Amino acid sequence: MARQPRVVVLAGGISHERDISLRSGRRVTDGLHGHGIDATLRDPDASLIEFLRDEPVDVVWPVLHGASGEDGALRGLLEMLAIPFVGSSAEATRLAWNKPVAKTIVSRAGVATPASITLSRDAFRELGAESVLATVAETLGMPLIVKPAHGGSAQGVTWVDSTDNLRQAMVHAFTYSDSALIESRIIGAELCVTIIDTGEGPKAIQPVEIEPLSGHYDFEARYTAGATRFYTPPRLDDKISATTTAQALTAHDALGLRHLSRIDFMVDEAGTPWFLEASTMPGLTETSSTALALDAAGYDVGGVYAAVVNSLID
Amino acid sequence: MAPASGISLDPWFDNYADRASGLSASEVRALFAVASRPEVVSLAGGMPFVAALPVDKVQQSLARVMENSGHAALQYGSGQGLPALREHIIDVMALEGIRAGVDDVVVTTGSQQALDLVSKLFINPGDVILAESPSYVGAMGVFSSYQASVEHVAMDDEGMIPHALEERITSLRAAGKTIKFVYLIPNFQNPAGVTLSATRRLEILDIAHHHGVLIVEDNPYGLLWFDQPPPAAIRSVDDAGVIYLGSFSKTFAPGFRVGWVVAPHGIREKLVLASEAAILSPSSFSQMVLSDYFEHQDWRAQIDTFRGLYRERRDTMAEALKAHLPAISHTMPTGGFYLWLSLPEELNSKEMLPRAITELVAYTPGTAFFANGEGRSNIRLAFCYPEPAFITEGVRRLSRVIAEELELAATFGPRTTDVQASSRGDGPPPDVA
Repeated sequence: MARQPRVVVLAGGISHERDISLRSGRRVTDGLHGHGIDATLRDPDASLIEFLRDEPVDVVWPVLHGASGEDGALRGLLEMLAIPFVGSSAEATRLAWNKPVAKTIVSRAGVATPASITLSRDAFRELGAESVLATVAETLGMPLIVKPAHGGSAQGVTWVDSTDNLRQAMVHAFTYSDSALIESRIIGAELCVTIIDTGEGPKAIQPVEIEPLSGHYDFEARYTAGATRFYTPPRLDDKISATTTAQALTAHDALGLRHLSRIDFMVDEAGTPWFLEASTMPGLTETSSTALALDAAGYDVGGVYAAVVNSLID
Repeated sequence: MAPASGISLDPWFDNYADRASGLSASEVRALFAVASRPEVVSLAGGMPFVAALPVDKVQQSLARVMENSGHAALQYGSGQGLPALREHIIDVMALEGIRAGVDDVVVTTGSQQALDLVSKLFINPGDVILAESPSYVGAMGVFSSYQASVEHVAMDDEGMIPHALEERITSLRAAGKTIKFVYLIPNFQNPAGVTLSATRRLEILDIAHHHGVLIVEDNPYGLLWFDQPPPAAIRSVDDAGVIYLGSFSKTFAPGFRVGWVVAPHGIREKLVLASEAAILSPSSFSQMVLSDYFEHQDWRAQIDTFRGLYRERRDTMAEALKAHLPAISHTMPTGGFYLWLSLPEELNSKEMLPRAITELVAYTPGTAFFANGEGRSNIRLAFCYPEPAFITEGVRRLSRVIAEELELAATFGPRTTDVQASSRGDGPPPDVA
């Protein structure tokens, strides 16, 4: 009798998003179990590589957020070990994980993205904060959003409405990363588009509009059940939704993503979708928009996870 | 099709009581998840070093209880607690000068439940609780859940300052506020590590008597002194105006979840009824195993072992701070688990925690110990759990974090405001070392 395929779900790690990753990992593992797949949850540590070399593992699903799960390092090692894994390649992940780089790539593919500048800590060391921030505020105007160049879950993100709190926003972002993205804040509807590919090409799921009750989709709004209202289909003209969906697929392709991604947009009052960022391994917790999008669109969420895994085994 | 009002992942979100406000996801709390990884030196939590306990002797107690009284151990027990354990609690409290009878003691599920029961009995929304500045994060969480307003009273190296207490009581009363009790951790205070002097204990007691304010004396660390015992418990000189909380969590093991409360008669009767309403009875199993252990083992020697172990770790931490952070002032506790650091004013300990996690060291931001947003330039370091070599390494890593933050402050100016929303989630969960 053929051996049952064995899947290792990697979750946890030592990134700032460890807690989120563990919750996502447990959901994925449960979903796979529900579809008869032998899946084991594992926290990556110093024994992981040896384990992967020695054990018969058919597929690895890195449900890791932040470094080293999303900076491409772990996926590069999996490629070296020739172990199939769920999610984008090391190269694509490395590019998408870097928000400024992802914006550049997606912009070149014809998708609008808000005006921005990326500044390193070193730039401020050399040039001083006052003149740099004054120039940025004058050029980009208000409101702004400041993000660490890497990372998710809105950690280190600040919504900036005046030059007074721009300094503090920079410090907040630099606590998470040595590079920060200062971006013009688009006022409008926030949309997330989940894209899945179970072997038949990327397919965009109906967008989810996000309305955080606090006004900002920050960490608390993301992970406190009930603190955000979701609308799917979005409360937008169907044409705008369709345009956003098409733009999401364009971004997914331009970044070379595969299997599963989430592309985030702001849609302004004129109906233009503005690309914000792409997640190569979106959060899959009980409050994540990806699971909600799949469920609302009529998918069996565990079934989708199983189909993605099976596409790698078949 | 989604409803017009959208999809809420918690359809009961609008139904919660006002006291549930603030019980939300916290970016700071999520960071503590990393502290459980072996790469991280956690100086954050207050986990006792239970590896120093003789597990074989605990096993013997477990076996004896199950063999001799297995059915009773698996059954409901008295709401007030097992009389045999209460006898042992009397012996424990006698070490701190407290004379009490078995009927004076109510066993609880950790002293945290005792805090909850006392709060349930006394606090109406808007009532004031007076607490040291800073104070125990877990107590303030309970007080907040009953919608109390926590007012801090200044403290120094000798604990709460009596005249500051007097002034605060007077001014609050003048403002029409109702003060329900003064909450004190007199010995090796959490988080500051300071001990209330003998003189001040009496002064504070006098002030409380004069103003008709109850004292809640929380004493989980009193037996864990390093060089000499702390002054006698406040309860030892007043059994009418003091509610005393004790715990086996720090002197034995928190896994049993056994604490106790000693209160004046009228309060005690209500505490028993309130406890029965909340949990019916504390764990018979835990109480019987603990009681057997105290009956058969030299528990005083075990506490001596803990004292020596924690003293060594305090010394290690103090030496590491002197070596790596010589410009940072800190308290020097003479017992307990914690050191309290005062950072340069331009730093914000809560905001810099992500950098600390990146550097693989965890601490508790000072903001966790204030109800009013203070504590931004303070840090609580716990020396109870990590082995000495890890303590040194943790402090070394912390020194890098502080150096980086000082450089950021030099570039951008001091962190004047909290970017992250303030919440109840600034402290680590109980299972973080």
